[in-house]
Amino acid sequence: MKLLVPVKRVVDFNVKIRVKPDGSGVELANVKMSMNPFDEIAVEEAVRLKEQGKVTEVVAVSVGPAQAAETLRTALAMGADRGILVKTDATVEPLAVAKILKKVVEQESPQLVIMGKQAIDDDSNQTGQMLAALLGWPQGTFAFKVSLNAGTIDVTREVDGGLQTVGLKLPAIVTTDLRLNEPRYASLPNIMKAKKKPLDETTPEALGVDVAPRLKVLKTAEPGGRKAGVKVGSVAELVNKLKTEAGVL
Amino acid sequence: MTTLLIAEHDNAHLKDATNKALSAAAALGAPVHVLVAGANAKAAADAAAKLSGVEKVLLADNAAYQHQLAEPLAALIVSLAGPYDAIVAPATTTAKNVLPRVAALLDVMQVSDITKVVSADTFERPIYAGNAIQTVQATDGKKVITVRTASFPAAAEGGSAPVESVAPAADPQVSTFKGEEIAVSDRPELTSAKIIISGGRSLGSAENFAKYIEPIADKLGAAMGASRAAVDAGYAPNDWQVGQTGKVVAPDLYIAVGISGAIQHLAGMKDSKVIVAINKDEEAPIFQVADYGLVGDLFTILPELQEELTKAGR
Repeated sequence: MKLLVPVKRVVDFNVKIRVKPDGSGVELANVKMSMNPFDEIAVEEAVRLKEQGKVTEVVAVSVGPAQAAETLRTALAMGADRGILVKTDATVEPLAVAKILKKVVEQESPQLVIMGKQAIDDDSNQTGQMLAALLGWPQGTFAFKVSLNAGTIDVTREVDGGLQTVGLKLPAIVTTDLRLNEPRYASLPNIMKAKKKPLDETTPEALGVDVAPRLKVLKTAEPGGRKAGVKVGSVAELVNKLKTEAGVL
Repeated sequence: MTTLLIAEHDNAHLKDATNKALSAAAALGAPVHVLVAGANAKAAADAAAKLSGVEKVLLADNAAYQHQLAEPLAALIVSLAGPYDAIVAPATTTAKNVLPRVAALLDVMQVSDITKVVSADTFERPIYAGNAIQTVQATDGKKVITVRTASFPAAAEGGSAPVESVAPAADPQVSTFKGEEIAVSDRPELTSAKIIISGGRSLGSAENFAKYIEPIADKLGAAMGASRAAVDAGYAPNDWQVGQTGKVVAPDLYIAVGISGAIQHLAGMKDSKVIVAINKDEEAPIFQVADYGLVGDLFTILPELQEELTKAGR
């Protein structure tokens, strides 16, 4: 069976982002970009399923600018078989991404889509659930553990009170949480090999998807700052201050 | 103009997240109906009916909704969505799972994790782990919104709304509940606790969490939390994680022990009223947001803290 892994190019998680002084957005020029960390976990899980012989082909797909091809190459170097770039310079919201992915799913007919639970730029946590809705497929979100069987998949999910396991009929969508696995680093030979793997290109227009945003961003601002307080010299002083000055004990 | 609030509950009890999301729902300016979808969930519906500002409670009582699975629950919400201008839910793992599914079925772009209602269609929400705040205007006819509960006060009791039964929607029958491991604890829940003590990787083991953090949590009646590093290392369960992708909390007092303060962790706790940091590295970024910092070895400081709290009558 075939597996689809959507990946997003985002500002690297180590970068301290800066808000543009005119409030028009976040400074993205000359900032290090990487694959969304949750998507790395998704690629790793997909590749492991292939290595276990449960999946025959892993197709990575990305929606984004020309440079998103680099993100796809990273997925290919980790072990995906081929890539599809849906090229656009527009800001594409989760709903539109889900619509694009639905078209790709219809073309590729995977039995399983594994993707990150959220992208660390807009922190929306929507696309997987939306894709499942549009396809009428079941969803196993925030996956902690997956177990793929013939025609079904069991997904243990990270929920507020602990863990919950659901059984889903295939085809299905899985979104990854942090503890699903630890993604591998691509080796140099695999990075070289990835350069020769096929990477197709299409566009939202060619797929017939309108990506016009539904949310109007009016302003982007720095969060209200929090000033560093005082250093106390001893535990007794700390408890005293919490009691008398802060009034929280 | 009416708003539908999706209640967070465990069938027997309404969760505090519902009260907080109700404050956000009420701020939209329209009457609020509350949907309680569950199995034998009459008690939760009755609790919702008592909340101040609720006009009506809809109770969908059916085995299909017992475990809040996304597929049947989304189908139910979509079947009820017609007359509502906005569908609102607290940003718990339940609603984060279900609501985008509802939004897509309604062809609406969801506004996730709002921290402020500017007007009925304009909201503030954090992006980049809270390092920027976006003001967005939703242009869709219907609004689908999840609410960051730490940013809103809990609505109080004081109402007596009618509870109306609603019919279940057809279950898509593509998913089944297989089991759960839910920690049972007498402690307050992380997201509603007044005091939280969290530990980082420097605790070194699950045993040390029990030995050093737990007695202080007991003394303070506090919830226990952890950094991602501590959870990844297996020192604390995943549902303790505070941060960008874990739980976002805003207690009166947050005590961070051996947590350096990565931006992803700060995103989950920097709206706490008072922050205390205990860390041996005086350059740790956690001190930049802490009201009170104490530099030193946590294995010496925590037993002392326990003693001082006893002296202080806790």
